[in-house]
Amino acid sequence: MSNVVIRVENISKQYRLGLIGSGSLQDDFKRKIAAIRGKEDPFLKIGTTNDQNNIEKSEYIWSLKNINFEVKQGEVLGIIGANGAGKSTLLKILSKVTAPTTGSVKIKGRIASLLEVGTGFHPELTGKENVFLNGAILGMNKLEISKKFEEIVAFSGVEKYINTPVKRYSSGMYVRLAFAVAAHLDSEILIIDEVLAVGDLEFQKKCLGKMKNISQEQGKTVLFVSHNMTATENLCDSVLTLKNGNIIYSGNTQKGILEYLNPINYKPTSTLQNQIKNLNTDSIFELTDVKLCQNNIEDNFLSNKEINFSMKYNLKNNILGLRVGFDIIDSLGTCVFRSYHDDLSESINQFNAGSYVSQGTIPANLLKNSSYVLSLSIGIHNLRWIIFDKIKITFHVLNLQGINKLYADERPGVIMPKIVWQTFSI
Amino acid sequence: MDRFNNKTNIDSQQDEWTEIITPKNGLFDLHLNEIWRYRDLLMLFVKRDFVSTYKQTILGPLWFFIAPILTTITFTIVFGNIAHLSTEKKPPVIFYMCGIIAWNYFATCLTSTSTTFRDNATIFGKVYFPRLIIPLSVIITNLVKFAIQFLLLICVWLYFLKQGTISNPSKSLLILPLLVILMAGLGLGAGMIISSLTTKYRDLIFLLQFGIQLLMYTTPIIYPLSSIPTKYQWIIIANPMTAIIESFRHAFLGNDNFLPFNLFYSAGCMILLLFIGIIIFNKTEKTFIDTV
Repeated sequence: MSNVVIRVENISKQYRLGLIGSGSLQDDFKRKIAAIRGKEDPFLKIGTTNDQNNIEKSEYIWSLKNINFEVKQGEVLGIIGANGAGKSTLLKILSKVTAPTTGSVKIKGRIASLLEVGTGFHPELTGKENVFLNGAILGMNKLEISKKFEEIVAFSGVEKYINTPVKRYSSGMYVRLAFAVAAHLDSEILIIDEVLAVGDLEFQKKCLGKMKNISQEQGKTVLFVSHNMTATENLCDSVLTLKNGNIIYSGNTQKGILEYLNPINYKPTSTLQNQIKNLNTDSIFELTDVKLCQNNIEDNFLSNKEINFSMKYNLKNNILGLRVGFDIIDSLGTCVFRSYHDDLSESINQFNAGSYVSQGTIPANLLKNSSYVLSLSIGIHNLRWIIFDKIKITFHVLNLQGINKLYADERPGVIMPKIVWQTFSI
Repeated sequence: MDRFNNKTNIDSQQDEWTEIITPKNGLFDLHLNEIWRYRDLLMLFVKRDFVSTYKQTILGPLWFFIAPILTTITFTIVFGNIAHLSTEKKPPVIFYMCGIIAWNYFATCLTSTSTTFRDNATIFGKVYFPRLIIPLSVIITNLVKFAIQFLLLICVWLYFLKQGTISNPSKSLLILPLLVILMAGLGLGAGMIISSLTTKYRDLIFLLQFGIQLLMYTTPIIYPLSSIPTKYQWIIIANPMTAIIESFRHAFLGNDNFLPFNLFYSAGCMILLLFIGIIIFNKTEKTFIDTV
């Protein structure tokens, strides 16, 4: 049975750009006059969508436009999108911090929103006093907090300092205590924004675990905004992908994540073409195309699937000892590995003039969750480089369903190969 | 089985939404029940304000006493001994102290509620609770401060009573609680109006600084109403605080300036200000975060 606890209908939110000052009084008068004459608000009509790359002159923009969706009881919904896509605005509307410009939201149950860790913490008050204050701000009453106090303190791990003013806390302790309060809220619906970006790895893991527990065992509904795709993938039943204030995808988590990640750096073909064009013409070698793909996706790859590459080139003369290959370089600039087309040959290759394609696959379960650059390394053995450090393709590897799926934390190391372990009692 | 499923489906559709968020509130949609639900928060805010104000001070709450004592001494010297303003033959110390303590309550209520939205923008921007909680907590915090200062006043009053320099307590002492409510209401109402308007137009903050001072001089604090020429008394009486301060002093000093009818005027002003204040505040709280 579908039990809808949040129904968002046609939500739009308009913001005024620039300074709010002398002009606002004038606009207010125009609005009032329009209202008196029974006309529509003159400023609701104008305004462009919130595309931050689009420099269009309008004083009003729509941060959200006609958003519709439903959330069912016990569902964990991820909300993802680039900066400025409207995620925070949506959460602000849902948590009643600001009202929508048009539309309505219907809610069943109490909502607790965690748009920030430690809202209302007062530095002069002790940890204990702040637990009560913060809990009350988030909507609990004194009795509810007292009941959970022990649990909250135990979860935060700051028992020793609970009677010390929080201004003497380390930032980690502060955040831990604040999250602990929020995690023990009694409300039916929880809204969480980027909270996981804080605390050490250990605590982040604890938070993720707690949130999983909240949704799965306690049956609470959670709305979760994060830029951490691994956490999103791990926690959410479904996602809502926002772009420029519109929903561009809603449904399956993995597809939504790819939908979000794809367009960000979606310049590979154009920049690549430019790179190829800008190459100095070589007397014998002409590169025509380079391609990297995984199921038609060109720059975001899943770590547990193979990545296909291919390069096309024309040779004007016969060449002995041509080696076509590439380096994979990680985000720190370390070369992860280099590969050549003749790695498995036993003799030097002889090429005749003509068109060629060299292709292959980068194996699955090798690269880790990170950004990489593929840099072409093409040369004639023991003679000269033809292309080196000139053609670069940036791509991202996402570890969504692969190794370490259970904990989903950041692994040290350059690669993350799949190693089959055997463990048994002896 | 089928029938059962159908039934639950219908039931779930009939379920009431507990909350509906819309662009605009009804004018009188004040959510008073919500304020009741958040009463613990109200008290915690009061506690927070207290604890945080005097943490790391040596004298702590003693400062509540020191401020009115110093002001009273200053007034006694400047207005009583140097300017020789009339105190209707009452001891100047208690005369000024009555006025100062009562006025201070109103003035602090007004100034601190008038910055509600601005001072709490960060917390309002992150979490929802009935916004009215903040001005209410300010009123209560100041009420406690007032109560402490009132104790001081009682002590001074008892001293003068024993000396026999002022007459015995009159029945009008009984209206003191009413006067406190009137002052709180006036401060809250005006404060809410100003805080709502300052979210967009900050000019009002500067106006308020000046306005409160002006208002203080049009209220009989450093002079009795009787010292004003009858021709101009209406200006002073038009100030709703006048009747309150005069009655307050009347209760302690027993002078002849008890103005029951003017108290009704003050009450009327309070109700009007509170009414307008709550409506504007309620309208502002929904979207102020976008303009503050």
